[in-house]
Amino acid sequence: MLRKQIDRLKKPFAKGSKYERFAPAVNAFDTFLFVPNHTTQKGAHIRDAVDLKRTMVTVIIALIPALIYGIYNTGYQYYIQTGEAFTFLDAFLHGSFKILPMIAVSYGVGLAIEFAFAVYRGHEVNEGYLVTGLLIPMIMPVDIPLWMVGLSVAFAVFIAKEAFGGTGMNILNPALTARAFAFFAYPTYMSGNKVWVSEASNVDGISGETILGSLASGVNVDYSMFEMFSGAIPGSIAETSTLWVLVGAAILIFTGVGSWRIMLGGVIGAAVMGFLFNLWGANALMQFDWMNHLIVGGFAFGIVFMATDPVSAAQTVRGKWIYGILVGILCILIRVFNPAYPEGVMLAILLMNVFAPTIDHYVVQANVNRRLKRKQHSTTVQTA
Amino acid sequence: MSTDIKIRKGLSLRLKGAPTNTLKTAPPSTQFALKPIDFHGVFPKLVCKEGDAVQAGQPLFYSKYQDSIQFVSPVSGTVKEILRGAKRKILEIVISADKKQQSVTHKLPSLNKITPEQIKEYLLASGNWPFIKQRPYDIVANPNATPKAIFVSALATAPLSAQYDVILEGQQDAFQLGIDMLSKLSPNLHLSIGAKESSQIAQTKNCKVHRIKGPHPAGNVGVQIHHIDPINAGETVWVVGAEDVANIGRFFQTGVFDPTRTLAVAGHPLNTPCYYKSTIGASLEPLLEDVGTENLATLRVINGDVLTGTATSANGYVGYYNNTISVVPEGNRYRMFGWLPFAGSNLHSMSNTSLSWLFPKKQYTPDTNLNGEERALVVTGEMERVFPMDIYPMQLLKACMANDIEKMEQLGIYEVAPEDFALIDYANSSKIEAQAIIREALDLMNKEIG
Repeated sequence: MLRKQIDRLKKPFAKGSKYERFAPAVNAFDTFLFVPNHTTQKGAHIRDAVDLKRTMVTVIIALIPALIYGIYNTGYQYYIQTGEAFTFLDAFLHGSFKILPMIAVSYGVGLAIEFAFAVYRGHEVNEGYLVTGLLIPMIMPVDIPLWMVGLSVAFAVFIAKEAFGGTGMNILNPALTARAFAFFAYPTYMSGNKVWVSEASNVDGISGETILGSLASGVNVDYSMFEMFSGAIPGSIAETSTLWVLVGAAILIFTGVGSWRIMLGGVIGAAVMGFLFNLWGANALMQFDWMNHLIVGGFAFGIVFMATDPVSAAQTVRGKWIYGILVGILCILIRVFNPAYPEGVMLAILLMNVFAPTIDHYVVQANVNRRLKRKQHSTTVQTA
Repeated sequence: MSTDIKIRKGLSLRLKGAPTNTLKTAPPSTQFALKPIDFHGVFPKLVCKEGDAVQAGQPLFYSKYQDSIQFVSPVSGTVKEILRGAKRKILEIVISADKKQQSVTHKLPSLNKITPEQIKEYLLASGNWPFIKQRPYDIVANPNATPKAIFVSALATAPLSAQYDVILEGQQDAFQLGIDMLSKLSPNLHLSIGAKESSQIAQTKNCKVHRIKGPHPAGNVGVQIHHIDPINAGETVWVVGAEDVANIGRFFQTGVFDPTRTLAVAGHPLNTPCYYKSTIGASLEPLLEDVGTENLATLRVINGDVLTGTATSANGYVGYYNNTISVVPEGNRYRMFGWLPFAGSNLHSMSNTSLSWLFPKKQYTPDTNLNGEERALVVTGEMERVFPMDIYPMQLLKACMANDIEKMEQLGIYEVAPEDFALIDYANSSKIEAQAIIREALDLMNKEIG
């Protein structure tokens, strides 16, 4: 029934019809409702049930626990600062009021560009932006103006993704590029003690510094380890709760959508680096316990959801290990040595995104060399 | 004498409709066809025309660029029709069979004194040569080349495929003779069998027997070559199907070209999937009628297994190389919200975004739905899971798409055939047509490097 209606509506977009060019845009909505009736035309006659849409939606599901906690935490941070009495629902509503518009702007701007490019290039709309579009608001400070979100999204999709050829071709993770753009273009909205708590930029009495920010400026941190782990601390919207990020990580690892090698590599790299700095212990950041390094700031969120982006990460098995470990090491290194950037994970991942093709190159080159060596060996045997 | 090779990566799909081990004689076909399309890269030059009377074993066409390779009629009769497609490409040479069969008989010298050159000549003249294929490029072998080895795989791991202990039952003597003859063409003759193979094939002499263990594609000869004696740039190996070895052996017994084909007709829409003794080029209609099925129009009949075969129709003909005829339903249906994780777990998936891993023993009933649409390559690591070679499949595919000859060579294009990428077709979530990409790349390499 519904199917017949859709087929009728899609007629003007069929091949050879008037609006053929816009077919990708219409198909994107149609395939959202139905897996299409396409059959195999060449190659294997039967196919696995998995497709890219399912893979991407799995990532979104993995993001939801952290997102819900982020929404709640936004309200929680606000109400404990104002001192008003509040319930879970109050906090959640306050957070929703702040965050849902950001998500709407991110999806609106990003998908508009994606659809336009799909129509322009004549390919189907790729599902990758469904994840990127949700990630971008989740890693922004809560008080960032909506137009900045929109601008960052546009920058990320144009420059980080479409300029390189679209989904699957990008060097940098688009979501992190959006954050990096906002970070360098509008630093006052991305750091300091006035952006991490809802309304802090409007109401004088409210302020809140991230733990890493406090450490960098030499202020003592009085959050307990449990608060850091559960996420009841100021920070970017959804990055604060290591607990719920771990739930997402479990979903990604169990479904095989996210690479456990990168995640584990990252944790090992960061732990080792943090431990080494603990031994050195020259300043507050170095003395910060290596275990706490893993649970504060965006490290957990970054290593689980950003570093594992399959397109911008290393693609070979060995490459994934190297890539993950280096992300972890660099993250702690940047945190400790560069107080101007108290959060190192964003820059660490972007930097490793750039080097991922190089890592893969050397891993693959080892295979190429093995093949060359085998050939030389076989020719010497023949002539001998 | 046997060596053990263990394959770890791969996927053995469990499908419903596997053939039972009963071997029937196929109901007689009145029509046969030889399809030049079965011989990839061969430009056919016809030596017959419509209305000609031909004997079994009489050439119908030869290869334009290697005119010593003859392609002969599997049956005696009259050339009924030469079916042409776009640009007058020859699709099928249809022959209606005579009641009384007459064959071309070749007079053979004593087999004890036969020289390799003579074997080659007889194989070429009798129409047996196309049974020998070569790697790289997966094409009919070049008779002027000297292969470094010959490989025969008597192990079938593809879903629903015919098992060689059934195929070779009663053909062991011919098989041994075929092996003896081929071993004179190259001293390195390798025969691969299953790890638990106990039939007489395991006792075959004059060759190195390898026992292979593991999931599909362990039976693919390309995978076996890679693990036994990999192909380096500039080297050639020959590959012969196990039943074709027996056919070659029978030719040397009798002097008559033997187009025997033991077929597994399999698939869950069939009533009694089983084995048939048939002939290359025989029409499929009587077979499908005998095996019994409903709604033939909604089914896809495939020459070969469901991963690598060629689609044909219910009134098509048995292909030249395949021992399996698979039948699966066409999947031109919609699935509402079928992309949701864990939806449609009755379909098989390698990914844990489906619950199908909960039922490892379940036999699936697949159809030809693509289960999605083609997308950019995003997910990494899923190709490597089903590719048991020391080759980076995704990197190789990308080099192929970019027509980067140097890179393809470095990454091991000479070692692969399209069939080795069949599981990648199956498993990749971007629905990339890996087999087609590799086929095109091999053609390009063949043209540029030769």
